[in-house]
Amino acid sequence: MPPIYQLQHAQKAYDGRVVLDIDALAIGRGEVLALVGPSGSGKSTLLRLLNFLEPPTAGALTFDGRAVGDDLPLSERRRVTAVFQRPALLRRSVAANIGYGLGLRGEKLPPEELAAWLERLGLTHLARQSALRLSAGEAQRVAMARALVVRPDVLLLDEPTANLDPYNVGLIERLVAEEQRALGMTVVWVTHDIFQARRVADRVAFLLAGRLVEVADAETFFTAPATAQAAAFARGELVY
Amino acid sequence: METLLDALREALRLLIDLDPALVEIIGMTLRVTGSALLLAVLLGLPIGAALGLRERIPAAGCLMPIIYTGMALPPVVAGLFVYLILSNQGPLGGLDWLFTARAMVVSQTIIALPLVIGLTLTALRGLDPGIKLQVRSLGATRLQLATALLLEARLGVLAAIIAAFGGIVSEVGAVMLVGGNIEGQTRVLTTAIVLETRRGNFALALALGIILLLLAFLTNWLFHKLSDG
Ligand SMILES: Nc1ncnc2c1ncn2[C@@H]1O[C@H](COP(=O)(O)OP(=O)(O)OP(=O)(O)O)[C@@H](O)[C@H]1O
Ligand SMILES: [Mg+2]
Repeated sequence: MPPIYQLQHAQKAYDGRVVLDIDALAIGRGEVLALVGPSGSGKSTLLRLLNFLEPPTAGALTFDGRAVGDDLPLSERRRVTAVFQRPALLRRSVAANIGYGLGLRGEKLPPEELAAWLERLGLTHLARQSALRLSAGEAQRVAMARALVVRPDVLLLDEPTANLDPYNVGLIERLVAEEQRALGMTVVWVTHDIFQARRVADRVAFLLAGRLVEVADAETFFTAPATAQAAAFARGELVY
Repeated sequence: METLLDALREALRLLIDLDPALVEIIGMTLRVTGSALLLAVLLGLPIGAALGLRERIPAAGCLMPIIYTGMALPPVVAGLFVYLILSNQGPLGGLDWLFTARAMVVSQTIIALPLVIGLTLTALRGLDPGIKLQVRSLGATRLQLATALLLEARLGVLAAIIAAFGGIVSEVGAVMLVGGNIEGQTRVLTTAIVLETRRGNFALALALGIILLLLAFLTNWLFHKLSDG
């Protein structure tokens, strides 16, 4: 089977300034790819392309063999969900937030499944509460559940644990690992934390000033990187 | 002091007895203001949403000052426009609407419309941009996105409607100009207060004033109750 995503000479420019310029990148089905790089290197921009929120300004991006553009069918777009650094919950109850993505698809989360999710994330006592009154960790757990209940083929994560304490970080890493195994989903995980990248990723892609400097399996990236920049980054020496 | 207390006592009696003149005026006020509010919401909500949901407001440099001017438009000026348009020599003089309740509805709609548009737009613009991205990333269609954002902004939208109601129910100048303050036909709370005060009917004027105050209180109470839940 072909890779789930393929980028070829894909560029993204804002007002004529190219902020992302990827010669070639293939993201395999069911892999966990960590996307790392200094601030402003284009990680979130790449994720927005993979999320079909913005089209590339040049070059080709394919999803499951289809060219990504305005005519990408809704059913294809709906195979991908994302969680961002800020949970962006809706002004509704916790339960309504968790079921929201399914609601968009004309489905309803069965009560016993909702109960299972709440239980798993330690949110049972908060089900009926407004999602806007949650702590940061609780809110991000809700956002994770909301993205996962639709059983996506691809989960995009943009530093979802950047603001969280170790307990919540661990919980979310475990959750993603379990769901990834259960659904065989592809995960693209943007992280600032090289230790997290090492914990969660099969492969690491390292962006620098909008270009892919190195893509390697996690073990190689952290122990024997091919480029000096990647080596410096893996040692934590590259200034953000 | 004596007259004030007497007037207050008499006003309360009128309220308790549901004086027919009083009831008539309240009914007319609610019909006129209710119709105007409905029209303003039916027109203004889609316009405000269409503008507020866009990435960029078209011709914002020109359009926004127009909307803001409309929001701050002295009602009596709106009344003047409507008067000129509906008067015998005006383009719509043939309708024969001047000095009818319809003319009052038209002018109140014109006063309320920019408020509904402007405040709806502001409420949508004020939403966290992350919400829009997140809802789209969860697989929303354009219509689902618009619905979700309007629901997120519902308190602001409600505030827009309440502000519009408060603005037109307490307005005197425009309705006086185009309605003519005709007893039993175009008399609303505010114009009746003016008239009864001039006539020296302080009790009735005060009773009407109390109703107006209660309406203002009720709308604000409603707003706060809704914003808590
Ligand atoms: N909508 C936009 N308009 C203009 N420039 C943008 C836009 N989005 C991103 N950029 C620019 O693109 C570059 C890459 O930004 P991006 O957010 O992808 O970086 P990042 O790697 O995610 O950084 P961080 O680690 O700080 O989140 C930056 O220079 C940024 O200013
Ligand atoms: Mg980023």
